[in-house]
Amino acid sequence: MILLAMLAVPLAGALLLLVPGLRQNRLHGTVVSGITLILALAAALAFDHGNPRMQLEVDRAWAPAIGLRFHLGVDGISLPLVVLTALLTFLCFLYLLRHPAAGGASPALLTALLLVLEVGMLGTFVALDLVLFFVFFEVVLIPMYVVIAVWGGPGRRAAAYKFILYTLLGSGVLLVGLLLVGVNAGTLDMVELAARHGEGLSRGMQITAFLLIGLGLAVKAPMWPLHTWLPDAHTEAPTVGSVLLAGVLLKMGTYGLVRLALPLAPEGAEFWAPWLGLLAVIGIIYGALACLAQSDLKRMIAFSSVGHMGFVLLGIATLTPVGVNAALFGNIAHGLITGLLFFLAGAIKERYGTGDLDELGGGMLAKAPRLAAILTFACVASLGLPGLAGFWGEMLALLGAYQPGAGLPRETFVTFMVFGGLGAVLTAAYFLRMLAKITHGTPADGPVVAGVTRHEYAAWVPLITLTIVIGLWPKLILDLTSAPVRALLGGG
Amino acid sequence: MIQAIDYAAIAPVLIIAAAAVALLLADAFDVPKRFLGLGCAGALLAGLVAVIALAFGGPRATFCLPSGLRGDGPPSCSYVADDFALLFQVIVLAAAVIVVLMSFDEITASRLPAGEYYFLLLCALIGALTLVAARDLVLLIVALETLSLPVFALVALRRYDGRAGEAALKLFLISVISAAVMLFGISLVYGVTGAMHLDRVAAALARTPADLKPVAAVGVVMVIAGFAFKVAAVPFHFWAPDVYQGSPLPVAALLSVVSKAGGFAGLVITVAIGFPSYGHVWGPLLAVLAALTMTLGNVVALRQRHAVRLLAWSSVAQSGYMLAPLAVGARRLPDAVAATAAYVALYAVMNIGAFAVVAAVARRYARNFLTDYRGLARANPAAAAALAFFLVCLAGLPPGVMGLFAKIVVFRATVAGDVVWLAVVMAINTVIGLYYYLAWAVRLFAAPETEGPPLRTGWAVGAAIGAAAAGAVVLSVAPQLVVQTVSAIT
Repeated sequence: MILLAMLAVPLAGALLLLVPGLRQNRLHGTVVSGITLILALAAALAFDHGNPRMQLEVDRAWAPAIGLRFHLGVDGISLPLVVLTALLTFLCFLYLLRHPAAGGASPALLTALLLVLEVGMLGTFVALDLVLFFVFFEVVLIPMYVVIAVWGGPGRRAAAYKFILYTLLGSGVLLVGLLLVGVNAGTLDMVELAARHGEGLSRGMQITAFLLIGLGLAVKAPMWPLHTWLPDAHTEAPTVGSVLLAGVLLKMGTYGLVRLALPLAPEGAEFWAPWLGLLAVIGIIYGALACLAQSDLKRMIAFSSVGHMGFVLLGIATLTPVGVNAALFGNIAHGLITGLLFFLAGAIKERYGTGDLDELGGGMLAKAPRLAAILTFACVASLGLPGLAGFWGEMLALLGAYQPGAGLPRETFVTFMVFGGLGAVLTAAYFLRMLAKITHGTPADGPVVAGVTRHEYAAWVPLITLTIVIGLWPKLILDLTSAPVRALLGGG
Repeated sequence: MIQAIDYAAIAPVLIIAAAAVALLLADAFDVPKRFLGLGCAGALLAGLVAVIALAFGGPRATFCLPSGLRGDGPPSCSYVADDFALLFQVIVLAAAVIVVLMSFDEITASRLPAGEYYFLLLCALIGALTLVAARDLVLLIVALETLSLPVFALVALRRYDGRAGEAALKLFLISVISAAVMLFGISLVYGVTGAMHLDRVAAALARTPADLKPVAAVGVVMVIAGFAFKVAAVPFHFWAPDVYQGSPLPVAALLSVVSKAGGFAGLVITVAIGFPSYGHVWGPLLAVLAALTMTLGNVVALRQRHAVRLLAWSSVAQSGYMLAPLAVGARRLPDAVAATAAYVALYAVMNIGAFAVVAAVARRYARNFLTDYRGLARANPAAAAALAFFLVCLAGLPPGVMGLFAKIVVFRATVAGDVVWLAVVMAINTVIGLYYYLAWAVRLFAAPETEGPPLRTGWAVGAAIGAAAAGAVVLSVAPQLVVQTVSAIT
């Protein structure tokens, strides 16, 4: 029931905004998302860490005629993502209290949209029925579209269209793949389908299903070459939009790959894994090279996401517990760090009035030492410094590629590992280049840059703390994920 | 030979028929047209009550072959009020109530003769109500023509408008041709099977001698072509945009919802009850038709600037989605029939709602271009919110959950029948569809070019929008209502 309440609270919060009297309440979003966060944390406390099965389940018949059930539950794979989602949404609302999104539209509308968005994101991570998963997967589209189209930058309309059309194409294909599995296996229940490991589905069927599901999710992840919506959407979206887009929405794609594509069609996964790995590595290298060529801060962070998600995809492509654990770890790390980076990019743009690296000039360490220090921290975390969260996901993904699953061509994956490692070096290069450009050097004459506000600290400190904690103590996540991952991969 | 008639089974049709005559007479005695409209709506509600009352009892059948003539064959009833027929009768009557509500203002604004208008409208509904319950080929074509003939006149009722005349003529010619093609097909099927009742046709088709099989196949294809005109499937679609644009808006709504629902019901009845053994012929044919229909409809809709033409092309595209489940042929046919029925039911609610808002806007902007919708959210927030919701439903995205479920059941039936390629074509088409629906919805909230006074809808159109919106919200909260109902009909 905790999960049901966790979905009902933000939904009710959004619907309450239809009441005119409540629209003036500035704290509404913060309170509602705060309650949701408390519920998510309660779910984490109620969660039995030793048990690899689904927990806190809710299972009701919904439309028996098509075998649809309202089935929710969490396990070690989804729990961290649920907490991350609730946390990031809450932090976004905290941030908005002091730094409202620019644009003429009403703040109440933004609050309502973000709350609906939260319902969709949380629902995707706790849904255990294929069609229910799909419904939640679709719920995020319209709110995010409106957030970008109304509160975005100058190119917002085109970016918003690109976002929604691209991702809808992905989800259409995803739906075909999900139904293909569901109809032929005779059930839509993800737990049961995962337990069967593709039994009862012919090899050809699994290959088709994995292709369709994988393509659908790869758009969201995003995987090169399906990523082209991402830089525009991230760049144009308002700060909170970018944070949730990078922090959570992208994870819905990789989470779906782990939760759906791998266990439902294992033979298909084996067939496509080398291709997935290849595209993942291209994404890593491409993302890094593209970052080197960017002059806009937000755009650069957006492209860095392509690279980081490349590592996550590479981990998944190895089909080993190590690789998949790495992918799930990378998901969380990327959500924390890139969420923080987009907050910082928004703060910099708010202060300097531009996100252009050249126009920003150097000397931020002198002008705004705290902001520059946090930026340096986030960049260093993102480039994978050992001891911080970003390191483990990438290192383990490369390790997984060194020893890929049985049945996969080892030479190919070792080559992927080498190129992935090269990509990690390039990642360091572009982040250091950026830091050199804007934090170091002598400050140009210009307006005085405001210090970090209380609300900014409130939004950022949790992210910084978690980045350090998870970096120093990766077992916190790995212990949760490894048992269910072994079960998903059929290792018992 | 005397047949026993089950009057309860045909009660809805009788109520509407009696009301049609009564309204015509009342008009002759100069009853004010407001009362005519209210009487018409009242008759429709009475018919709706009758249908719902029938739904509580078991299935009823009437006009059956007397036992002396039946031999050892199936019961062979011409008119069957089973759950399928009753569901479609509910769709037809509920949509018709909305159409009548939209008509109140239209009759005044376009100076239409009220008595004739309501009479013709009810006559068309008699055809639709009979069509969905017809189970033999003769009754099917008679009902189909009863549905079509009054509509020609309805389209042409704006006698002073050249476009109305042109639209009516176009509709008339195409309808006549399609009826001729269909009659020819029926004659071939009759020649091969020697039966008119669909259950007998099915039995006879299953054991056609080899040399007659091509003849039967041609007959089947021609019958389907006749229905394809009715539902505006490509390549028999080109009448739709001109006719929708040329007719009074309530009549366009009638064509795109009631007439289309009737056409689909007839198509489903014919192929599922009459021609299941020729699934290998009509299955692939309908698959290709569905793919072409949705693709062409969506692509052309992208370029429309006129609201009614956009709805016309979008409704062509939606026909493609409704056809898609039937592409499975005889494989898992019950699922496919349920999916098509569910889509028709959900589509009726969202499309009639969109037409109702368009009718409201037409009061101020007679030409009804998409640019006229800029700033509707300020001129009339309720109507704009309703239209945005209907459009999102048509696009099939949450919060329009009913549209999403309509897509899901159609995808599911198509995939279950192993026509995966068609499902992928559909997936691509939903993206194209989203673009124009969304572009229209976005316009509603854009700043208007000139700040005008608030737009009032009038109580009747307001009630029409409200009823459709209430239906859409209820079905979006509980889409299983429709999904469960249609699974019971097969």
